[in-house]
Amino acid sequence: MELSGAEIIIKLLERQGIETIAGIPGGANLPLYDALSQSEQIRHVLTRHEQGAGFIAQGMARVTGEPAVFFATSGPGATNTLTAIADAKLDSIPVICITGQVPLSMIGTDAFQEVDTYGLSVPITKHNYLVRSVEELLRVIPEAFCVAASGRPGPVVIDVPKDVQCAMMEIDSWPEPGMREEGPELIDAEVRRAAAMINRAKKPILYLGGGVIQSGSANEALLLAEKGSIPSALTLMGLGVVPHDHPLNLGMLGMHAARYTNMALEKCDLLVAVGVRFDDRATGKVAEFCPDAKIIHVDIDPSELDKIKTSHASITGDVADSLKALLPQIEKTERTEWLNEISQLKQSNPMIVEGAEDPVAPYGVVLKTAELAEDDAIVCTDVGQHQMRTAQVYPFRHPRQWLTSGGLGTMGFGMPAAIGAALAAPDRQVICFSGDGSIMMNIQDLATAMENNVNVKIVLTNNNALGLVRQQQDLFYGKRYFASNYEYAVDFVKIAEGFGMRTYDLGLSENPAETLAEALAFDGPAFIHVPLSPDEPVYPMVPPGAANSEMIGGKADV
Amino acid sequence: MCKHTVLELSVNNHPGVMSHICGLFARRAYNVEGIACMPINGGGKSRIWLLVDADERLDQMIKQVDKLHDVLGVDRHDGGHEVFEKMTEFVS
Repeated sequence: MELSGAEIIIKLLERQGIETIAGIPGGANLPLYDALSQSEQIRHVLTRHEQGAGFIAQGMARVTGEPAVFFATSGPGATNTLTAIADAKLDSIPVICITGQVPLSMIGTDAFQEVDTYGLSVPITKHNYLVRSVEELLRVIPEAFCVAASGRPGPVVIDVPKDVQCAMMEIDSWPEPGMREEGPELIDAEVRRAAAMINRAKKPILYLGGGVIQSGSANEALLLAEKGSIPSALTLMGLGVVPHDHPLNLGMLGMHAARYTNMALEKCDLLVAVGVRFDDRATGKVAEFCPDAKIIHVDIDPSELDKIKTSHASITGDVADSLKALLPQIEKTERTEWLNEISQLKQSNPMIVEGAEDPVAPYGVVLKTAELAEDDAIVCTDVGQHQMRTAQVYPFRHPRQWLTSGGLGTMGFGMPAAIGAALAAPDRQVICFSGDGSIMMNIQDLATAMENNVNVKIVLTNNNALGLVRQQQDLFYGKRYFASNYEYAVDFVKIAEGFGMRTYDLGLSENPAETLAEALAFDGPAFIHVPLSPDEPVYPMVPPGAANSEMIGGKADV
Repeated sequence: MCKHTVLELSVNNHPGVMSHICGLFARRAYNVEGIACMPINGGGKSRIWLLVDADERLDQMIKQVDKLHDVLGVDRHDGGHEVFEKMTEFVS
């Protein structure tokens, strides 16, 4: 049968199992939208900004682990996607952005809405394509899925000129859908060496990150921790790998870790780094990170090994394969002495959570929400103080339960990502903690949330300030608060009402806990406003560039 | 003065490949001193030779180059490569 390039793209996406695509149409991708309108399998989610479409795709991909697709037109449509794509690159999220482009014959002429999407996306994608003929689509689309999902996952951009979308081609047979490839074969000697080091260590710590979640091996990581009695520190991206109340859980490490977590890392003699990249927010000053420890690094991306810290042993491979190979070689140990030392550290340097019982306090609202939420609720955040507080105290129990912008730290991530999560998992509760600074960066997509009636609860903690910026000015810039306090306070409840949302204001409620419970029980999108003081720092805090031993605040005796 | 080395890359031949490779070096402020590129196998693939400083970042650069989807292989010639010896004649 003879099909247009646009019809071929949609058919190939259907064959990949795609059921939801977020995006915005425009001149250069109208053929694609015309073809999409005929699809019985794919539902389109019209966003109000292309960045929102990118984060919806990310929300879907982060919850399912499968590549998700979004559409944008040429020019401003494409440039609006860039932040969401860069965000996916830094957190290794498999998303595929298909952009319209001006016709091939007009490329390079400064045509209307022409921008060099290919050139702009080179440094922020895992791979990108400018499709130059309709025939190429049959290779490029499946390959894009394979690239996005294989190895270390990441974003792929496919730029398709309008004339390629319109060109006709006779199709006799379809290529196989692009799938995740197996990881590289492990080197036995590497595994044996790592296992021997773990068995020999007196004070080992597991340092677990997003790679464990990506490879679907949280269970194996936990088995490794339990068999070897190894305390486990989690990165921001790794939260949920070890249940929060597990005795071996050390919580998040780094800039906003509990004191005992960073102190335990100071004392360890072996750091087993799995699916992590030694990010500066996790390690602090690298030269002083785990000063007494040998390092084992396990990662599927060879360029991560020895990038920041030289390891004493490494395993290049899929984290799931590596952990499965390691497990039988790990001796079952009690490690009583080390675990006693850890529990003493926990007792003498606990995580201090102020206002834990108060549902309108910065930490209390997170904890109260968690108490009321379902066990497998998906928790999204934006970026800032609310994000760090949620990371510190939310009782995560499952991998892929926690969606946050880790590497790029993109304000505006949370709410559209929550929409994506709700679209991908319509039966689960989705909670989005946001701040007044962050929500304003993509607030337009509240309309998308309403239009699709997604079960998203937005908990907006509002201090009318850029809280983490203000906190740094407080601590490191002589309290010269500049450009971090909003001089004008907008009425977020009215704004949300303007979008037609059900709203709840804990600041005006006689019984905030009850109001919060009512809001979370409501079936559909709801907006919960929580006014906070701007003078509520997130502690402990390691100053940027300092060693993790130099923590400010959060001491038990003050 | 840094010691030079030559990286020999096998790559897919299409208009974006050079931009991927040069961009990788440029955004890490890693200077490429010399570059040569010729199509092979009837034009479906190319070979690229890069003359670069052999500083402490080179191992990481090679790993990054190797990660590019269109790069099929990377060889390192610490003793130099005659491509650049021949090219030197044109600029001397």
